[in-house]
Amino acid sequence: MAKSFPVMHFDAVIVGAGGAGMRASLQLAEAGLSVAVLSKVFPTRSHTVAAQGGIGASLGNMSEDSWLWHMYDTIKGSDWLGDQDAIEYMCKTAADVVYELEHFGMPFDRNDDGTLYQRPFGGHSANFGQKPVQRACAVADRTGHALLHTLYQRNVRARTQFLVEWMALDLIRDADGDVVGVTALEMETGEAMILHAKATILATGGAGRIFAASTNAFINTGDGLGMVARAGLPLEDMEMWQFHPTGVAGAGILITEAVRGEGGILLNANGERFMERYAPNLKDLASRDVVSRSMDQEIKEGRGCGPHKDYVLLKLDHLGPDVIIKRLPSIREISIKFANADPIKEPIPVVPTIHYMMGGIPTNVHGQVVAPKDGDPNSVVPGLFAVGECACVSVHGANRLGTNSLLDLIVFGRATGNFIVSENLKAAPHKPLPGDAAEASRARLARIDNATSGESVSAVADTLRKTLQAHCGVFRNQGLLSEGGPRAARDAHLDQRSQQDVQHRARRGARAR
Amino acid sequence: MKIESDPNFLDDRQLARIRWRCRRGLLENDLILARFLDAKGATLTEEQVAMLDTLLALTDNELWDLIAGRCEPEASVRPLVDELRIA
Repeated sequence: MAKSFPVMHFDAVIVGAGGAGMRASLQLAEAGLSVAVLSKVFPTRSHTVAAQGGIGASLGNMSEDSWLWHMYDTIKGSDWLGDQDAIEYMCKTAADVVYELEHFGMPFDRNDDGTLYQRPFGGHSANFGQKPVQRACAVADRTGHALLHTLYQRNVRARTQFLVEWMALDLIRDADGDVVGVTALEMETGEAMILHAKATILATGGAGRIFAASTNAFINTGDGLGMVARAGLPLEDMEMWQFHPTGVAGAGILITEAVRGEGGILLNANGERFMERYAPNLKDLASRDVVSRSMDQEIKEGRGCGPHKDYVLLKLDHLGPDVIIKRLPSIREISIKFANADPIKEPIPVVPTIHYMMGGIPTNVHGQVVAPKDGDPNSVVPGLFAVGECACVSVHGANRLGTNSLLDLIVFGRATGNFIVSENLKAAPHKPLPGDAAEASRARLARIDNATSGESVSAVADTLRKTLQAHCGVFRNQGLLSEGGPRAARDAHLDQRSQQDVQHRARRGARAR
Repeated sequence: MKIESDPNFLDDRQLARIRWRCRRGLLENDLILARFLDAKGATLTEEQVAMLDTLLALTDNELWDLIAGRCEPEASVRPLVDELRIA
């Protein structure tokens, strides 16, 4: 393999072509910057497509609403741990970004008078928690799908350059610690390249697949988080994960809350309706986190079902075949396909399942990545940005409000694009690449290329996922985490494997000083 | 598609490429396609690969609607859709 890689130059390079990456790229391409968007899958196959609920924005089309009420709901939803300045910005900007999408041609559902229809959603309230309000703008139950296609088409129009089936490898940092691009692999040919950029934006989505039970698609492996960690930068709030209480055991597919709304109940191995003990009033309709914790408690105390006692049961058969066939057809479909159980006759095995990553790469409201330096906890890392689920702005705190995930993508994708445009990069020269720009990636690729033996990646990953599930699941305490950390490192052989990366960083750090 | 060794079956590299293209935005599709490839990948025919390519070009929701039986496929891809439905 050559000592270095061929170099391509762009004003901006974006890693990831989901909603956040494509909203940012659109802003840049329309301003005339040269933009490359790398994606390991075709852009419209990004996981954004799975978002069903909608986009929260206080348009007030159904009844009176205010961005302040949306802000209150978001902060309360975050368990008061979100960044309130960032939340204020997001909720204030929500209406503008939704109308923009409407003008881009996104086919939102409408009211008879032509205004955008807004649907009710859990946690959305008027007048600071007083009564429910309809705030979610949606395209049937395929809002993410419509968003992704709208953005892709606009990007094609704006001449964004897509590098499809390209895998980003490492960030390139120079002696000042600035980010000047990425190394990447074209998967079809196996050729590695340097993408030299004035701005590098990570939009790689969540890392839900690091857990054994996850609702996320296979591609959600948190590649951007790994790149940032390998570049010696810290991540934020990585303990904050949202669980969905009812994922099909062993598969991860979501069983919507509507099932419990229709009267479905949760049972433990003794056939007991255990939610009556944990939430005597709301029972099976208690909020997501309460239900998840109760289920986990039952399993931990040995009342789980199945040969490994590791799931509980969602019982529907008492609703009768008519209700199930008429009102919950897709749930029946999913259960038969992925749990091998027809809910008309038998209960569905379910477990609390990883759904959304609140933490990630720390950024400010402009999408600039920040890290502690010289006593400043929020010192900007020049040249590096992050948007979407991989970023932690942090507008979700400890728990994301429903419909705020798509909102996060478009608000901060656009804000980051606008900030980079305002920096007038077009006129600025590229910062030179360091001499060893490709060294870390080259060494890693060479090691893999030359390896004649070793373990299978998927086997190592499976062990790692099980460890994370057991030690960093619904309940996390000091004992579990202290035990799980070293175990995860052992699973991944980090102790041996990171040796050369650490040495490499140390050399770079020494030069920076 | 150029077949290099056994004219009837795919080589490892071709199968690996198909497996990667079966990474989708919806977990439902990921799981079904992975199951199908685990069971039938080694014996895929050229004809089946062509049908699979056609199906993979659909959006995630269209593909899942077909697999879940919410709508019916074109005759040209029906044999493969039938396989995916029982995968």
